[in-house]
Amino acid sequence: MFPAEFDYERAESVGEALGLLAEYADADVAILAGGHSLVPAMKTEGRAPDVVVDLDVPALEAVNALDDRTVVGALTTYATLVDSGAVRSTVPLVAEAASEVGDTQIRNRGTIGGNLAEAHPGADLPAAALATDATILLRNRDGKREVPATDFFRGDGETAVERGELLTGVRVPHADDAGFAYAKKTHPATGYAMVGVAAVVETDGGAGGDVSDGDDPGTVSSARVAATGAVDRAVRLPSVEDALVGQSLDSAAVDAAAGEARGDIDADRLRSDAYASGEFRGELLETYVARALETAAERVAGDAPTA
Amino acid sequence: MSTHEISLTVNGTEETLTVESRTLLVHALRDELGYTAPNVGCESGKCGACTVDVDGDAVKSCTVLAVQADGSEVTTAAGLADDGLDPIQRAFHEEHGLQCGYCTPGMLATTHQLLDENPDPSRAAIRRALKGNVCRCTGYGSIVDAVETAAERLRAAEADGEPTAGSQRADPPEPGAED
Repeated sequence: MFPAEFDYERAESVGEALGLLAEYADADVAILAGGHSLVPAMKTEGRAPDVVVDLDVPALEAVNALDDRTVVGALTTYATLVDSGAVRSTVPLVAEAASEVGDTQIRNRGTIGGNLAEAHPGADLPAAALATDATILLRNRDGKREVPATDFFRGDGETAVERGELLTGVRVPHADDAGFAYAKKTHPATGYAMVGVAAVVETDGGAGGDVSDGDDPGTVSSARVAATGAVDRAVRLPSVEDALVGQSLDSAAVDAAAGEARGDIDADRLRSDAYASGEFRGELLETYVARALETAAERVAGDAPTA
Repeated sequence: MSTHEISLTVNGTEETLTVESRTLLVHALRDELGYTAPNVGCESGKCGACTVDVDGDAVKSCTVLAVQADGSEVTTAAGLADDGLDPIQRAFHEEHGLQCGYCTPGMLATTHQLLDENPDPSRAAIRRALKGNVCRCTGYGSIVDAVETAAERLRAAEADGEPTAGSQRADPPEPGAED
């Protein structure tokens, strides 16, 4: 299998990339980052751009950990996210979600920017972006634009990125004492999430520990829970979040909150395909919300015997 | 359509060639340059038979444009040893980590990265690392055995101060062990 013919352009800076996007404004242009979604799509799914703009921009591979936020360049690979001490210590949910992507070789090449811009409905990083309350950083020739993750994902393959814009990075706020987790039911062949749930839960004290053992992880002051795979885009689960806030983060609260998950999604929105029915994905959603919250509770600062 | 002159260092040899934009790295290696270790399996980035090392990372060469690899150092399974079998290849041979062998070059390339990064992986870590390399005949048990054996030997060699890869070998090659 070969891609159809196309013209290849390499951009070695953001300015060059934006210049090429302007130069080819009337053409079908595909932006190439790691290429591990685009190239297979060009081989087997009929994706046939006129022009491929390859991003070879070292400045977009940087991870900048600041006091209260970490800025991750769009070309940072999953492998770097997993291995980076800065990412693991400041925004560990991002590292955990990245570790669940595909396989070794895919993590070596695929990038966070490509993952977010592709907006596959079963991709892992969109859930992490939502649960961390991240902001997506965009550039065009006129300047910069920032879009909260909550407003970024618009549908299967659809995002807030406009023509002529380039996704340059992601700004992830720190949640230093929060419990976090990404729990994923992986499709064994594709590597995408049949359902994946990312959670960030903050409490006002408590001793932490295993909620199933009756340890006290404290009272939930804020919770962000997001699901991927369930519908055509990654979504927050506000009913689950609301059910947690003000509760002691024990196993009863986790079960009760997980029970709200399907209430956040109309049954007819659940994805149904050759791999799983919508009904099954709904079942998975509840189970994986509970798993993510259990792990997050164990990790709340204070804290987990295993930490 | 555009064509591009690119340079690759493959198994230590500098190569220059002209490729179409759409030429995949695996086809540049196999069809243009004659490095036939990476195999073409699923062609969709899932099976890992085409895995090679690109600048230190295990990469599926069917999912990389050759022009993207311009300037890179590429090592195929055939380039792991200067002569004979390297310790990982030898362990796959001895532990029956291959049957038809089609997936093996990719298994070897990924295993190299694993053992570079983690000299003492658990069996679970080995399976996780090799998730992107599919075998359809040997079964994975003996492949995991082979990686464990290779890891033990490489650790022992490291402790003895020997190079951990390349031409070091304890015994002469066995007939049929090389191709």
